[in-house]
Amino acid sequence: MIVANRKTLEEILSMLKPYQKILLLGCNECVTVCATGGEREVGVLASEIRLSRAKDGEPVEIKEFTLERQCDHEYIDQIRSFAGDYEVILSMACGAGIQYVAERYRNKVVLPAVNTTFLGVTLEQGVWAERCQGCGECVLHLTGGVCPIARCAKSLLNGPCGGSSNGKCEVDKELDCGWQLIIDRLKELGQLDKYEEIIPIKDWTPARDGGPRKRVREDLKL
Amino acid sequence: MKTQSNIERILESGQLVVTSECGPPRGADPEVIRRKGKLLQGVVDAVNVTDNQTSVVRMSSFSSCLILKEMGFDPILQMVCRDRNRIAIQSDILGAAALGINNILCLTGDHQKFGDHPKAKNVFDMDSIQLIQTVKTMRDEGKFLGGEELKGRPMLFIGAAENPFADPFEIRAARLGKKVKAGVEFLQTQCIYNVPRFEKWMEMVRNRGLHEKVAILAGVTPFKSVGMARYMKNQVPGMDVPDEMIERLKGVPKEKQAEEGIRICVETIQRLKEIPGVRGIHIMAIEWEEKVKEIAERAGLLPRPQIK
Repeated sequence: MIVANRKTLEEILSMLKPYQKILLLGCNECVTVCATGGEREVGVLASEIRLSRAKDGEPVEIKEFTLERQCDHEYIDQIRSFAGDYEVILSMACGAGIQYVAERYRNKVVLPAVNTTFLGVTLEQGVWAERCQGCGECVLHLTGGVCPIARCAKSLLNGPCGGSSNGKCEVDKELDCGWQLIIDRLKELGQLDKYEEIIPIKDWTPARDGGPRKRVREDLKL
Repeated sequence: MKTQSNIERILESGQLVVTSECGPPRGADPEVIRRKGKLLQGVVDAVNVTDNQTSVVRMSSFSSCLILKEMGFDPILQMVCRDRNRIAIQSDILGAAALGINNILCLTGDHQKFGDHPKAKNVFDMDSIQLIQTVKTMRDEGKFLGGEELKGRPMLFIGAAENPFADPFEIRAARLGKKVKAGVEFLQTQCIYNVPRFEKWMEMVRNRGLHEKVAILAGVTPFKSVGMARYMKNQVPGMDVPDEMIERLKGVPKEKQAEEGIRICVETIQRLKEIPGVRGIHIMAIEWEEKVKEIAERAGLLPRPQIK
């Protein structure tokens, strides 16, 4: 899933300063799963904004609404009948959702209520961790199913560097060394011989270095 | 001989190589480099020039190398993958070779988190092993990474570093094997305090026959005080400082600790010289360059062979 963190109330209030009528828009997908921008969080944020603004003598009108997805126009279009009643849309979706809403409502200011961070997994209740950077050319078959791009602080394809100590990364004593994880897993799989091969320098064109990416499936187009 | 490198020449003559390092200043004053250089004259065969070590911005390794070159040194250009992509790296390799730099040390680079600009974006377009491949491809095949031919090959002697004490220990020799496969010719190790563990690593290296394919220069750093030893043990990732060494420094009065540190360093060099496969000593006296001569002298490493 895409993991995001909510911005601080101070930052959100400062963005909302000029506005009185706000459409607060949640998303039922990834940001709901990572407890950042779903229906529940929309309710919490709306209350925080109302209370804060009332205290400052600048009351606001907020409409709370959560879409099935903010990354599909058929859902985004569900707010078309009332979006015009508000000065601003404050979106709690990931960066993709926020932008797509802005694209569909061109005369409306759309503000981000969250910081989008990474593609990750739920480790336990309340804990998420990065697993993928969407580099466009997967090497997991070479590295025991552990990604060196996402899980090594330096994205080394031939690690570990000299900073790996007791299984931890030099960047943070709490952080696992990605290459220690790769080697442990290769060993478990009886594939340590794979470590002997040099992984060649990466082609970054399928990653964001090649420019914004787009995928077209001719067979699915209507 | 592939290159004009003094390291390569001395290795071919069968003698031990002695190298040291010079950290560039945090400013544009070339005199700092010259002052450090003077302390190393006649003491070392080549001198490493660090590349923004610990991610703290300093004068570039390349320009500092040129200042040392003017003084008659054979500098080793350290190059990290943290700050340059493959375009900048290949360009700098050509520039260095054009201005008479004979040696390059291919490094991953410390994470920017440790430095004075932790908010920087890092590059890591390639890693140190791929950097070795890059220099070798340019030098021996006369080609850029993109496949095009280059005119005027960069004749650099190719070095790398390895930390025999980093984890996981069992793959450390295998990792050196990858560097050898990539084309490394000389290797400088992280500071050695735990000699038995280094011996174990060397045994793994010899079992793979790697010591015959790459010249291993064993790294040492003298302790100035017990405080420095404790710092190295607890704060520097991948550093192995045995407790008995800290006890030994603690056992002498504060004003004698530096002298004890030098004595430990000299004894360590004497032990390292005897280990089969060790072809040289790399003395890293961090901001203590004035002691390199004394250490080399007492360890029986002087005089150095004359540079032709």
